[in-house]
Parts: sequence; C-alpha cells; structure tokens
Amino acid sequence: MKFKPIMTAALVAGTALSALPAAAGPDAIKVGLLMDMTGNYSDVAGRGSVTAAEMAVEDFGGTVLGKPIEVVHADMQNKVDIATSIAREWFDVDAVDAIVDSNMSSAGLAVSEIAVEKDRLMIMNISGSPRFTNESCNPNTIHYVYDTYALATSTGKAVVRGGGDKWFFVTVDYTFGHDFQAQAEDAVASEGGETVGSVLVPLNASDYSSALIQAQSSDANVIAFATAGADTSNAIKQAAEFGIGQGDDRQLAGLLVYINEVDALGLETAQGMLLTSAFYWDLDEETRAFSERYMEKMGKMPNMSQAGVYSSTMHYLKAVEAAGTENYAEVMAKMKEMPINDFFVKDGYIREDGRMMRDMYLFRVKSPEESTGAWDYYEKVATIEAEDAFTPVSESRCYLLKEES
Amino acid sequence: MEIFGFPPQLILGQVLIGLINGSFYALLSLGLAIIFGLLRVINFAHGALYMMGAFAAWMTQAWLGLNFWAALVIAPLAVGLFGLVVERAFLRSIYHLDHLYGLLLTFGIALLIEGMYRYWFGAAGKPFTTPDVFRGIWDLGFVIVPKYRGFVVLASLVTCLAVWLLIERTRLGSYLRAATENPDLVSCFGINVSLLTASAYVLGAALAGLSGVLAAPIYQVTPLMGTNLIIVVFAVVVTGGMGSLSGAIITGYGMGVIEGLTKVFYPAASSVVIFVVMALMLLLRPAGLFGKEA
Repeated sequence: MKFKPIMTAALVAGTALSALPAAAGPDAIKVGLLMDMTGNYSDVAGRGSVTAAEMAVEDFGGTVLGKPIEVVHADMQNKVDIATSIAREWFDVDAVDAIVDSNMSSAGLAVSEIAVEKDRLMIMNISGSPRFTNESCNPNTIHYVYDTYALATSTGKAVVRGGGDKWFFVTVDYTFGHDFQAQAEDAVASEGGETVGSVLVPLNASDYSSALIQAQSSDANVIAFATAGADTSNAIKQAAEFGIGQGDDRQLAGLLVYINEVDALGLETAQGMLLTSAFYWDLDEETRAFSERYMEKMGKMPNMSQAGVYSSTMHYLKAVEAAGTENYAEVMAKMKEMPINDFFVKDGYIREDGRMMRDMYLFRVKSPEESTGAWDYYEKVATIEAEDAFTPVSESRCYLLKEES
Repeated sequence: MEIFGFPPQLILGQVLIGLINGSFYALLSLGLAIIFGLLRVINFAHGALYMMGAFAAWMTQAWLGLNFWAALVIAPLAVGLFGLVVERAFLRSIYHLDHLYGLLLTFGIALLIEGMYRYWFGAAGKPFTTPDVFRGIWDLGFVIVPKYRGFVVLASLVTCLAVWLLIERTRLGSYLRAATENPDLVSCFGINVSLLTASAYVLGAALAGLSGVLAAPIYQVTPLMGTNLIIVVFAVVVTGGMGSLSGAIITGYGMGVIEGLTKVFYPAASSVVIFVVMALMLLLRPAGLFGKEA
C-alpha cells in the first residue's frame, strides 16, 4: 500500500492543532480553556465549561480596564503534547492572559509549568491531582474546585460519622486508585472506622462481578469505589445488579462521581449512593438561578467543575479590575487577597499554595420516588468544612507554604 | 477442602461468572467468525455494532416506550439493517482486494459511528436498567448470581446453537458456505451470491446488535463500550481459528472461564490472560484451536 507524501501531509495537518485563532488584537483580556471537546471527558468539561466561562465574561460586562474580554478554547483531545503546544501558542502568539481550565491532570501540570515560564496565570477546575498544590505548586497556579485528597478525606470522614465504619475498597489498579484508597483509609481511621478489605481491578475492566462478590462476602457496611469515569459507572451499575447497596444494610460510596455520571446511570441504579461534591445546582436560590440560566444554554445542569469555571473566571476578572493591570503577579496577589463570595462558594479564599479553600458536601443520591423531576438527584447529608477536607498546611508538600513558616 | 489453597466455592463462583462473560465473547466472536468465514472481511466495526445494539435498546425504551422483549427483537433488526447498508454501500466493492482494506474500512466506519454517537448522546452514555422480571439474585450457596445474568447465559447458548445449526446444517447454510468457496460456480447454479454475502454480514451485525441489547442492563451504555471489548473478541476468534464457527463459540465460553479463574489465582493477570493464550496458540497451532491448516 502506498501513501503519497502529499496525502500524508494532508492527514497530519488535518489531525494537528485546531486552536482557534484569537480574533481580537493583543489589546484584549483573554482567557483560554484547554478542553476535551469530543472525547471521554467532553460531558464533564468540554462545551459546558466554555459556556460557563462565556457566561462569566458576559455577566462581568464584557470589558475590563477598558479592554474587551475574550474567551478562547481548543480541543486538547486528552493529549498532553497538544495541550502544551496550544498553551505555548496562546501565550506567545495570541497573548492569552490566563488559562482557566484544562482537562487531565498530566496536561494541566505541564501547562502550569509553561504558565510559570511565560509569567501567566493558570486556574485548574476539572482535574483533581493533589500535586497542583503540593509537589508541583507554583505562584502562577490556582487549584479551584476540588482535589482527590479532599474527596477521599471528606467522603471518608463524613460517612464514618454517619455510621458507616467498616470499609471495603474496590480500587482501580494504578497510582490514582492507590492514592485515592490510601487517603480515604487514613480519613476512615482518623474517625475510628476500619478497612476490612479491598480488591484491585484493572483499568477499563468492564466486569466487576468478581470484585463485587468479594465485597459482598466481607462484613463491610460501606463499599467504596476508588475509580473514575466509565469504570465507576460500570461498577455501580453492577453493584445494583448484585443487590448491593439497595435494600441491604450496605452503603455504596463513590469517591469521584460527577452529576453527569449519575444522570447517565439513572436514579434506579444509582440510588442510595454517597458521594462528595463541591457543588450541586439545587442547594439554594443562587445556585438555582445560575444553573437554570446555564440549563437554557446547555440543556443540562452544570457540574461542580463547570460552575467552578464560572466562579473562578469571575474572580479572576474582578482581580484584574482591582489590580488595574493584567500582570499576573499583581492579579494573583489580588486573587489571594480578595475573599470569594458567589453562588458557588461562600467565604472562600485562596491559600498561599494556590488551593482555593471551601466547604465540601456529602450527598446521597435520591431514589426515583424521592426525585420530583429531571436533575433532582441529590440530597445533602453533611457539610465538611474546608480545613477538614483539604490537605492541612502542616502536611503540605508545597514550598510556598514552607517559606511562610 | 481446598484447591491450590483456594476454597472451591470461590473457584466455582468464578467459573460461573466466567461463563457469563464468555456468553458475550461467544456471541460476538460468532458474528465475527461468520463475517470473516463467509466474506473474508475482518470486521473492526463489530464493537461499534454492539454499541449500536445497546443504544437501540435504550431508544426503544426511551423513545418508543417499549419493553425489554421488544428491544430484544427490534434492536438486532435495526443493527442488521444498518449492516445491510454498510455492506451494500461499502464492503461489496472491496471483496476482491486484500483483507487489509476491509480491516481499514471497517475500522474507519467504527470510528465514525462512535464519534457520531458521542456527539449525539454524550460520552457518559444513557441509563438502562434490568427488566423487572429479572430483578434480584439467586443465592446458590457458593455464589450469588443476578437473575438477569442467568438469562444472558441461556439466551447466548440458544442463539449460538441456532446460528451454528443454520449455517452448518441447513440448505441455506450450505449455499452460504459454497458461495464463499467458489462464488462463480455457485452463481452458475442460479443462486444469487451477492444476496448471500449481504445476508451473512447482516446476520453478523444482528448478532452484535443482540449482544448489545443483552449487555445494556449490565454495562453502562456508552459510545465507547465496544472499543475495549472488540480487541478481546478478536483474540478469541484468532485463538478459536479464524472463520471457524464452532471454534468461536467454544473458545468464547472457554476464554470467559479462563479469565474468571485468573481472577482467583492471579487477579493482576486477568486483563491479559486472553492475549497470553492467544499468543501461545499462535506459536503452537497458528491456524487456531479449530482452524484448518492451510
């Protein structure tokens, strides 16, 4: 089979970068989002996150310091090299001032390094690696919504406090899963609970029956899934099939579950599950007001990261206005100085390591009978205070916090 | 009593679960084997057809308001119809070319289908619950089996047997087999060979669609649900012998059991054991377990 060189070139060009060129000149304030627009994470981030950023710009008034504000986005296709080359192009050629989200922790960590190099700002909303504010922390990066440490710790503590004290872990067999389980185990132990068993499952395993049978034969009263994405969906669906967590005395706990996944599973399957989230659309008047506007544009409710994109973009723009410049260091100083109060977070603040400190919530998924309509999925069962949820300063591995003490 | 230090209940339980997973492998690899055996096309779109079957089941429930039994009939027909379009529009113009073209073409079709479904339905997929009659579990003492999984094993066994009989033991099947051996000669007898090859692809596609419906209550219905499975199923077909129907069926169930047992003895290897078996088979018997040496 022969491929003509020109064909190959055309193919390569076709699959290469598709970053949108920024239309306005350098005299605009630009925020960029590196999103998976069509792949696995396009539901939890993607177009919804871009829409949230656009809403923030619109609500802010469209201009700051007399310059128009522009939102740019690109499909990073879940590839680190694509994300980094677009980030470089944005910073070097298009004069993007801040990147306000990127899919995948690995890509985000790389982009965060580039932000340091180019004296720009980076805000992470969708990805959850604790590294952003520990080993890889830097003065240019903010981790806004959650991290896996906070999810594991909050879920662990709150569920034990609620009586679930014997844990069995179904853990995906790579670093993410191992860390997730270790953090949750620590949290469970700190509240007096114990881990009675665990089983490792390979990444992308579609069948969990073997793991579920082991969980079922243990004397655990909480079965926790240290998994993500499609793995979590399959595991929870099959747990329901095996009658675990529905009608018996066991509770299911998902350590990382987005509302989009609950929507895709359906309440019939997901009912009763416990999960931690930084946000739910139906918490109060303000969350509903924002979410319903978002719903009109997207046809679905925002998840915690999409709401976080709105809140963090808004906070960034306010800081630019307060600083009177787009210089990253001065804007960052303002962002860390100003408290955050909006529909997404009450009395939030950004710690020196870049961690946005906020309360987390433990939710229980409603049964179909309890739900009164579309997207009425969660019932709030506990609030975990920011200091209780996130890595304490004493355990931080970030040099920015060490300097202080 | 213990077997290699493991309680026999655990081993029996895993064998049973292995048979259940094997049911999907068998149904899917049977479809692949039919398509390869009769059309000489390596159908990489099989995983996408399986996914279409699961979504078609969801559509019959969510859009048409019909029950699971209706989905079990409608979805395979719909996927079969789609298969007919693919065969007529694309595949038949490449039968005379090298196998590689069929592989590339169907791989491209799979990417297109999966991309479109992701665009239409989102990456997280759609909810589908177990039909009411099969809610609940059987506690067999040594293992707990959800009732629905019992049904899957039965449905898969019956279907595999029926398809095998159709192709190996009926007149229509003999035409099909003859048409692949020597299409020119068969058409001399006044048999419409083009129709036969089309129906073979439709049958293979419908089997993939049926597996999709059966899978919908167990696995999350997502646009990418077929991508991981298809590789395993190819390993099953290669191990069983490309194009051998009985080989595909028996190897399908066998691989499910081997995979289940690996989860007892050495769980970390459970995701690769099928490929290890395939590699060994290719070394020792390149034509596969039931394949004829060329």
